[in-house]
Amino acid sequence: MTTSQHLSYVLRLADNALILGQRNGEWCGHGPVLEEDIALANISLDLIGQARLLYSHAATLDAELYGTKKTEDDYAYFRNERDFRNYTLTELPHAGPLSGTARSDRDYAVTVVRNFLYSTLMAHLWTALMQSADAQLAAIASKSIKETRYHLNHASDWLLRFGDGTEESHRRAQAAVDYLMPYTREFFSTDDVETSIADAGIGPLTADLETAWREDVDATLAQATLQKPADAKHVTTGKLGEHSEHMGFLLAELQGLARQHPGATW
Amino acid sequence: MIATAEASLDRVWEVLDAVPDPEIPVVSIRELGILRDVRRAADDTLEIVITPTYSGCPAMYQIAEDIGAALNDAGFANHRIETVLAPAWTTDWMTDAARDKLRQYGIAPPMGNCGSNEHVAQERPIRFVPRVVDKPACPRCGSSHTERLAQFGSTACKALYRCMDCREPFDYFKPY
Repeated sequence: MTTSQHLSYVLRLADNALILGQRNGEWCGHGPVLEEDIALANISLDLIGQARLLYSHAATLDAELYGTKKTEDDYAYFRNERDFRNYTLTELPHAGPLSGTARSDRDYAVTVVRNFLYSTLMAHLWTALMQSADAQLAAIASKSIKETRYHLNHASDWLLRFGDGTEESHRRAQAAVDYLMPYTREFFSTDDVETSIADAGIGPLTADLETAWREDVDATLAQATLQKPADAKHVTTGKLGEHSEHMGFLLAELQGLARQHPGATW
Repeated sequence: MIATAEASLDRVWEVLDAVPDPEIPVVSIRELGILRDVRRAADDTLEIVITPTYSGCPAMYQIAEDIGAALNDAGFANHRIETVLAPAWTTDWMTDAARDKLRQYGIAPPMGNCGSNEHVAQERPIRFVPRVVDKPACPRCGSSHTERLAQFGSTACKALYRCMDCREPFDYFKPY
């Protein structure tokens, strides 16, 4: 039987993919080099593709639960900030703590470190979701895992180059790690949505993936000669709908056109 | 009657085998493994089952349109496109003939067998190890003295390489 927690869980996965896809897409036309411009656009395309599959699935669950007739666009364009359930990490701008000294407001080290932390999680999460009792979610996971592996390789590759690179690249990569790591606490906080889907065999408790995630993150950081900061106490609340100050600006850009011309096609 | 119905499905396969991939027109959607099935639904509508390559592949709309146009031209008026995700598309489904066509077109075909999901599920270590990067043979001169320029290329399914012998850049169809 479909539950509201099941729907919430699928929407969380979808929102993470959409919001990070939107963020990474900001590099389109602004990449540090042409190859990276294309890489980030490709990664965004995968993420937004995953979001579309998940939103379409959410629409089916929504219909079963409440008899609604929603489409993927309704979730992406016509929900308000508090309805989005993505991790706070995914909505942060590319500007890092050192952006005041960088030449632009986008720091590629922040982009790379975020993609590394998120892709490492998703590599474990999609693998677990391939066994989901929800067959459609398992099918989406089986596709997404392949894409996530390429994303993880890309981010890890750059993290090594930055960490083990020049003095400046090391400094900026370390600053990005220090800045972003505290936001990963949110991945592993358990609430009724997660316990409910774990009980139903729909997905794992993300907290159960934490050890494996840490091992992977620690190994790559060590290889990149970067230090892992001490664990933070604060847990962000994006997945509960309480977002950072950056989310509204992101949504304004994402949703503006669709809201000015509702139902427009071209 | 059954024989006629089967003959007509065979004809549909034949028609659709001539529908090229919009981005790599030397191979058909059937050869790439995008076209999964052709069947008659209970309401007698022709059902064409396709599967996306990458989640966000923008060519899926074009493929659906091309299928519609090909069927109309061949006199099959009513059809419905069904998109399925499972089993997930993999480059392992690509036929040898398709691989040869890619090579002749200037795209190095995917190497190895790494697409099957059973394999992915069992593979525990996700950890990044700077592993040996695939070294596909140059589709122009055949040299395997090649290097990767970028993991992401002109479309979601390709990476950018160059040949160190003939100095030409080329696309590599990534194993997926």
